[in-house]
Amino acid sequence: MSKLEKFLRSRFAAALFAVLVGFVISAVVLAVAGYDPIASFAALFNGSFGKPKYISNVIIKATPILLTGVSVAFAFKTGLFNIGAEGQYILGTTLATMVGVTLNLPMPFQLPLVLLAGIVGGAALGAFVGWLKAKFGIHEVITSIMCNWIAFYFCNFIVNTKTFHKPDSSSALPVNPSSYTTILGTWKKSEAGKEFLKGIPWLREILLKTDINAGFAVAILVAVIIGFVLTRTKLGYELRAVGFNRDAARFSGIPVERNIVLSMLIAGAISGLAGALTITGIAPHTISLLAAMESYGFNGMSVAFIAGCSPIGCIPASIMFSALIYGGMSVQQSLGAPSDIINIMIGTIVFCTALPGITPVLADLVHKKREERDDARTTKNGTPLPEKEA
Amino acid sequence: MESFFLLIGITLMYSTPLVFGALGGVISERSGVTNIGIEGMMVIGAIAGAAGSYFTGNPWVGFLAAGVAGALVALLHAVASVSFAADQTISGVAINMLAPGLALFACRSFFEGAAMSPIAPKLPKVLGESGLAGTPFVNLNVNVTTVLALIFAIIMWFVLYRTKWGLRVRAVGEHPAAADTLGINVYKVRYVCVLLSGMFAGFGGASVSIAIISQFTQTAISGQGFIAMAAVIFGKWTPFGAYGACLLFGFTQALVIILGGGDFVVPSQILSMLPYAMTIIVLVLFVGRSVAPKADGIPYIKGSR
Repeated sequence: MSKLEKFLRSRFAAALFAVLVGFVISAVVLAVAGYDPIASFAALFNGSFGKPKYISNVIIKATPILLTGVSVAFAFKTGLFNIGAEGQYILGTTLATMVGVTLNLPMPFQLPLVLLAGIVGGAALGAFVGWLKAKFGIHEVITSIMCNWIAFYFCNFIVNTKTFHKPDSSSALPVNPSSYTTILGTWKKSEAGKEFLKGIPWLREILLKTDINAGFAVAILVAVIIGFVLTRTKLGYELRAVGFNRDAARFSGIPVERNIVLSMLIAGAISGLAGALTITGIAPHTISLLAAMESYGFNGMSVAFIAGCSPIGCIPASIMFSALIYGGMSVQQSLGAPSDIINIMIGTIVFCTALPGITPVLADLVHKKREERDDARTTKNGTPLPEKEA
Repeated sequence: MESFFLLIGITLMYSTPLVFGALGGVISERSGVTNIGIEGMMVIGAIAGAAGSYFTGNPWVGFLAAGVAGALVALLHAVASVSFAADQTISGVAINMLAPGLALFACRSFFEGAAMSPIAPKLPKVLGESGLAGTPFVNLNVNVTTVLALIFAIIMWFVLYRTKWGLRVRAVGEHPAAADTLGINVYKVRYVCVLLSGMFAGFGGASVSIAIISQFTQTAISGQGFIAMAAVIFGKWTPFGAYGACLLFGFTQALVIILGGGDFVVPSQILSMLPYAMTIIVLVLFVGRSVAPKADGIPYIKGSR
């Protein structure tokens, strides 16, 4: 196989191709609607990577969708469709807020407990869906959708309770500062910190103008661990076996029902963690009344599919996704082109990743060309040439 | 007594868009193509319905436009999942991402940057605007779309279970290879079913934007497509089953509205969970294991084993 052919057969090439088509289609839509595509893309790129502040925001916004993406990807690999990442995320934010407001312990105790609350919330919701599927055979898609709305109204209920409601606002009380994951949160606002940062403008911009927090590092760690568990451990093997062929898995002694519950529990826990990290990492560090679904779970589905459901692949996919969404806002500001073009672009990209093979077809073409060329040479010399590896 | 009729009226109003969406789901999945994209197709239907009605002044043109627009979006799904043997879940998710973007983009292009359409003419009610006014039955004067939804459900049942073509659709959904050997064009059947699915979903969108309300807004369709999808599975992939599931869902929504209006001890947010919790409970108690059409979600590749 030549290098080109190998590249064309890789998943990366397929993703790259999908992104390319996404840009082309949205360029056409923009042009038809009378906007300059090149200028739009320039604004898009500038709006997501043009300033240290922007880059920082892209990373901050990539954190939750990286985790919901990993959640969806993990469930998908085990044969389950976790359309409920949205609800698990919401329940994660809600429980994290409840614990973070109620408790006020020193940071080493407070932070883990708040994160744990979010994880437990998401895991419980996920496990409930898994249990309904394992025990009663009810399709996880229905129950997940129902649970999304139940979590949605539960969040709004908590915001409105006397204990948690922040007076004269539409949100709950913020969690206690010992739960924050903001990087250098207190130092950067102190006199010494401000003085020090004056000398380093880019760092000052990132620290003082954005909510840069430790969440993304945690998210990357989770993605790596999940990737490892799926491909390198017995548990991962069993979970994937259940997803691949339930009957064969049962026949080989794998407890199918338990694994379905476990798989949804883990997927839910990851989404719940995403919610908790939003609360601990991003101001205003609390939940607000929801008017519509926040779409973190649904965006996670797109991230997972762009990444070909590889947990590690979710890392670049989430950054790209976040850059598109965040940079998309500046397309509207600077050119007046509707930022909805970004949704069209992302939709096109995901759509192309569903098509399993333009790039393999190209690879076949390359392969064929090579063979023809080799054939031609063979006949000329009379003896077959050894195949050259490039 | 009046609140009883109100209950029925709201039930029917709420369930109508769901019924259209669910019928779309049934026809597509019966032929073996999962359609997660119902939600997106409904959004497109909502904008096409509002725009069509606004620009022509005739809500029926809007309604038809919604069907056509929904089918056009469904064509994408059909090309991907039938011709290219794509992963149907992913393609559906993509459509749910693409369609709202497209709808808003179109809306802003049509209406000078506004995220909602102007007020468009609405489809009539069954007995005219003032039918039954002043009587206790006033809430039974439902939108014409409610009746259409029921008629379509009956037609779909008849076609699926009483005609040759319906038998073919079901055969293709259960065992496409067997159907193929009998000379049924699997690809054609699936294309038609997915396009019909988009048409119904489009109607569903229009039955919100030009019947329940009278304009397109960003939140006109917020989750109805997903509820409709759930109704398909709930109703075990049959037109009447799905219809019943949508009615049940509409009924619990109506209960929430009526109970929420009175002096009720339960906070409204908890009450709002009722339709969703009830669906899960009913599924556990009465419906149980649902068996999808055997080839649902599996692309058919001619000649493969």
